[in-house]
Amino acid sequence: MFKRDAEIINSLGIHARPASMLVKLASAFDSKVELEKDNVKVNAKSIMGVLMLASEQGDKVTIIADGKDEKEAVDSLVELIENRKFDEE
Amino acid sequence: MKNKIFRGTPASPYIAIGKSFLYSSKEIVFSSSREKREVAEELALFEKARHMSLRQLRSLRVELKKASDPVSSRLIEVQVLFLQDPLFLNSVEKIIRVGKESAEKAIVNFSEDLEKDFRDIPNSYIAERYLDVKDIVDRLLRNLQEEETDTELGSFGDIMIAESFTASTVLQMSKAGVGGLIAEKGGRTSHFAILAEALNLSAVVGANGVTEEIESGDEVIVDGISGVIVINPDEDTKRRFERKKEETNAIQKKFLEQKDLPATTIDGYSIDISANIELPIELPFIKKFGAKGVGLLRTEFLFLTSEDVPDEEEQYDFYLKVAEHAFPDYVIMRTLDLGGDKVFKTKVQEENPFLGWRGVRFTLANKKIFKDQLRAMLRASAKGNVRILIPMVSQLDEIIRVRGIIEEIKGELKKEGIAFDENIEMGAMVEIPSVPLMADFFSEVVDFFSIGTNDLTQYTLAVDRGNKNISSLFDQLDPSVILLMGMTVQKAHHNNKWVGVCGDIAADVVAIPVLVGMEVDELSLPPSFIPQVKNIIRGLSLKECKDLLKSVEKKRSAKEVREFLKEEMLKRFPSLKNILVEVEDD
Repeated sequence: MFKRDAEIINSLGIHARPASMLVKLASAFDSKVELEKDNVKVNAKSIMGVLMLASEQGDKVTIIADGKDEKEAVDSLVELIENRKFDEE
Repeated sequence: MKNKIFRGTPASPYIAIGKSFLYSSKEIVFSSSREKREVAEELALFEKARHMSLRQLRSLRVELKKASDPVSSRLIEVQVLFLQDPLFLNSVEKIIRVGKESAEKAIVNFSEDLEKDFRDIPNSYIAERYLDVKDIVDRLLRNLQEEETDTELGSFGDIMIAESFTASTVLQMSKAGVGGLIAEKGGRTSHFAILAEALNLSAVVGANGVTEEIESGDEVIVDGISGVIVINPDEDTKRRFERKKEETNAIQKKFLEQKDLPATTIDGYSIDISANIELPIELPFIKKFGAKGVGLLRTEFLFLTSEDVPDEEEQYDFYLKVAEHAFPDYVIMRTLDLGGDKVFKTKVQEENPFLGWRGVRFTLANKKIFKDQLRAMLRASAKGNVRILIPMVSQLDEIIRVRGIIEEIKGELKKEGIAFDENIEMGAMVEIPSVPLMADFFSEVVDFFSIGTNDLTQYTLAVDRGNKNISSLFDQLDPSVILLMGMTVQKAHHNNKWVGVCGDIAADVVAIPVLVGMEVDELSLPPSFIPQVKNIIRGLSLKECKDLLKSVEKKRSAKEVREFLKEEMLKRFPSLKNILVEVEDD
């Protein structure tokens, strides 16, 4: 298992479009991928789960993956959230 | 009961008479009478319906792209992801396997639980995504029922009734040949209402409570011209509306044939007639209805239907497309006219939102958003005839600051070597009485004025049109509103500035002589009203309009004004009778 924290930086948080991007990216990995915020854990490959976390700017989320490509999965998701900021800028 | 009358907001100027079809997911489930089958078969049925739904969504996406509606096609993408969501698939499978339920029941159970979860989400934008889930649930249920066929909604000539519609359902209904639609919610500028108009369906929206009064199968009349709905009309009423339908069709056809003739009065006074539009799908309306360009391009939909604040590029693409489409005619682009709650999708505490933080008050405080939008408009001005319009202006200082920001952006664009129209015009909306009162000073800073009569009436009379207890006090032909409009035109012309009118009043047939008599330079209206208004202007003279305005200025109430104008207009245009006369209340 591998996990890392990420902070939501984009101004509107994880809305429908960012959620779609996150789900599509997570689904590309074989590992089980989860997102955790305030002790609530959801499947990162589920659009409903990701939306229901209702993550807003400034929130911290933890990305947890378990499987053979776990490190790669976590790193790409952190990259999407923190560096690419969901391609918003 | 015979002849039950309801009123809503007219949203698409056609009349339809037909059998009503109440459209909701509950209806679909309860009407399902099939026997429950083995678990494996139920699972297979679910899979089949799911694949059918995916197929339909993909072809719908292609169609929406063809209709250049990127917003709806993006929402459809979310629905596609829902259909592939492991959480959804596993839960439904579990309910079928363990709970031994039918596929329909499993979907409904799951969506009911989900609705509760979504309702608890504090973020209003995400909470609203439940509507997308509901739309996809409805689609699955329909597909389960119909099994083999690609489902259509309603059948030929039906009147569809629902709380609200999505763009995708309206497209499907139109394919099935339905005659019209009635919605409890929404307004003339709701996405689905605009689509209905584009597809020549009759539509009345905002008909609060109508779903409780109507049953599937009732005969119903939808008058999208006056907003009247008649449930179970008697023979006499039905005949009258059939006549109205035929006659308005004939008149509309005649008007449409003459749509490209200029709006010039008998004595040679010309006025520009342009279109109010908002969505990409409305672009073909400019030519179809003979508009001279776009007098009001609303930009709110870019912000409302997008989950993020749209960036400069996304806005530029849209503005450029509109500007090129209208060229060589102009497009007046209005900057964002929303409050902070709608832009950021969060709750902003305001006791009186209509007296609050919206329009230019909001954009001046959020410079990044404002600059992105103004930059996109300025860039589009390089390849089209673009003018910029600022909403919710109440103070001179606001418009001076906007001027400053525009100059700042021009400087930046020059440095970056990006082209724009150096002489781009900027105007202020006249919605708040302080602007007409101070119009001499405003004329020193703006290039033009655009009167938004809905808000001007609201802010002059302090009446919220949506409040049923006082809505009768709201009339755009109130003498005080006419005075303020006249004041604006006089002061603007004195300072060599021009004035347009873009509110609902421009589509109000009896108001035309008042606006012409004031010598307003431009009228901008919902596209489908344009041929009629142009036709009427061609039948009037500037001199008689001035005389009529003089008589109107002596009236003491909106009622007196309206009655006088109606009588005078009917004398001149007897064929308007059917358009002006509605059904009497019981």
